[in-house]
Amino acid sequence: MNTRTIIETTNLKKIYGMGEVSVAALDGVSVNVREGEFLAIMGPSGSGKSTLMNILGCLSRPTSGEYVLDGENVSNLNKVQRAIIRNQKLGYVFQSYNLLPRTTALQNVMLPLFYDRTNYLSTEEQEEKAYKVLESVGLGDRIYHEPQELSGGQQQRVAIARALVNDPVLVMADEPTGNLDSKSGAEIMKLIRDLNENGTTIVMVTHDPAIAAYTHRTIHLLDGLVEKEIHNGTEKKAKK
Amino acid sequence: MRPSKLIKIAWGALLKNKIRSLLTMLGIIIGVAAVIIMIAISAGTEATIKDNITSLGSNLIFVTSSFSKMGLNGKGSDSGGLVYDDAFAIEEEITGVKAIVVEQGTSESVRTNQATLDGVSILGTTADFPSVRDMNVEQGRYFNQLEVDRTTKIAVLGHSLAEELFGSQDPIGQTVTVGTTRLTVVGVMEEKGLVGDVDYDARLYTPLTIVLEKMMDNRFARFMGNKVRMIYVEVDSETVNAENGKTLDDVIFQIQLLLAKRHEVSLEEADFNVTTQQDIIGAQESTTAAFRSLLAWVAGVSLIVGGIGIMNIMLVSVTERTREIGIRQSVGATPSDIRWQFLAEALLLSLVGGLLGMAAGIAGSWIFGEASGMRTVIVPSSIFLAFGSAATIGAFFGFYPANKAAKLDPIDALRYE
Repeated sequence: MNTRTIIETTNLKKIYGMGEVSVAALDGVSVNVREGEFLAIMGPSGSGKSTLMNILGCLSRPTSGEYVLDGENVSNLNKVQRAIIRNQKLGYVFQSYNLLPRTTALQNVMLPLFYDRTNYLSTEEQEEKAYKVLESVGLGDRIYHEPQELSGGQQQRVAIARALVNDPVLVMADEPTGNLDSKSGAEIMKLIRDLNENGTTIVMVTHDPAIAAYTHRTIHLLDGLVEKEIHNGTEKKAKK
Repeated sequence: MRPSKLIKIAWGALLKNKIRSLLTMLGIIIGVAAVIIMIAISAGTEATIKDNITSLGSNLIFVTSSFSKMGLNGKGSDSGGLVYDDAFAIEEEITGVKAIVVEQGTSESVRTNQATLDGVSILGTTADFPSVRDMNVEQGRYFNQLEVDRTTKIAVLGHSLAEELFGSQDPIGQTVTVGTTRLTVVGVMEEKGLVGDVDYDARLYTPLTIVLEKMMDNRFARFMGNKVRMIYVEVDSETVNAENGKTLDDVIFQIQLLLAKRHEVSLEEADFNVTTQQDIIGAQESTTAAFRSLLAWVAGVSLIVGGIGIMNIMLVSVTERTREIGIRQSVGATPSDIRWQFLAEALLLSLVGGLLGMAAGIAGSWIFGEASGMRTVIVPSSIFLAFGSAATIGAFFGFYPANKAAKLDPIDALRYE
């Protein structure tokens, strides 16, 4: 089986500060993720997992090393180019949902389409597309609700719909269940796993081993380095 | 991003904070309205002055005595070198003259059987005075040239003077004593009101020759001619117009040459002045124009204050919405998308404020005019000026906050609490 590589990083470093007082948040991380994979990144705070997440999500740039996303070297893109990559190829699910307040679920989901430069859709088409995605995450009847009218689980579903609406090659999830009770958390994890089973490539940061257990593979970071890599049994061949 | 979408987003953002948006716009509304109202008031004043001046007859050339080169003294010091005979010379030798009026004024006490008034302005004129100065006789008649030539002892009263002297009585046929001269009242002028600082209604009109012979010191008149204050020359627009290639300036120049020759002076040392109504209006206009721009600047300051208000609110808004900016950046908004979004909000605030201010300014000008009785003229250019400055101010003061928003780092913005 020959799946394409979505993420390929070589010796990624991120160094904060200058000279004597510089701190390496990432000290040479090489990670590969293939299409359809579900990867968890774990590690104690300060291990560099957020930094790695930000770089993989094109929210920041590595100090050195190479990052190839979906065949494109994105290590040295400028702000505008990164914004376009985020819009075209990435979707984000945050711990705190990060929905626009006082804005309906439908409009929150439409937001990435609004900034799409390559594929202008009319407002009606955007609404249509956003509605379909909301429906697929089980919120077809809540599209005109604003975030404050929705439960945490529902808000996270809106956020997942927003992450999916522009058909990304990679979804980044940062502690997606961190703000949820265990029941809603389990529901959200089930939704995310379903997405993965339908072919979406997902990278998730978590500190909860029970959450990481949903994934195929877990990378443990410590002090900016990959400490160990655990294959969760299924799809071992992905790492050949 | 498409402009229409930008405007929609910006509009939505403003609607989410209706009261705040309205208060922010208030500065611009007041500023724009103030500019329009101030300019309307000064333009109204200007128009009133202009009307007043033209209401005193059109196509007029004023020849006045000037004292700059000759220091005369005594009662006749009102006059420089201008004499009665100059008027006849102008009438004979200058082409395009329709009518000539000569006036000399003095101040005397006026007595009737019932009343005595001191210091009444006495104006000696020739017969064409009412027509040249656009004044009407309300009752009775004005005097004719024959009566002027014969020094007939008659008088025409200004409207309010007639009332003061005779009350409800009919003044026609009554006798008034001006200084030591008894004059018979033959007419009363129509009400004219105050023009500049001259009350036309409080004056007594009498043949020029009466003033010259009975009320002025004319010991030297036999040698030097009777000095007069002013000669009005009404120009015939049939003869003096662009078609005939003859302008008012030509006539003025001819009068200057003629008088200089008669007075044996050079043009540089002339003991007289030749001006036109246009000159007077022009002088008035430059005064009111200065006044107008002063008012506009004062109003403009409030526009700038309004702009600072917009900047202030936009800065607050950027801070408040840092997380929103982060969210937008994470889903693909570029720095320029963010910049435009906030710039559009600032622009929309100032443009909507400008529109409301325009409405308030137009309504305010009208209400002010009605309430104060002052004339207000809404100047179209002032509307564009005010609206244009509002837009400029929106862009100018909106740019800094918008730029600040655009420069935010997505990671920091997303983490902002």
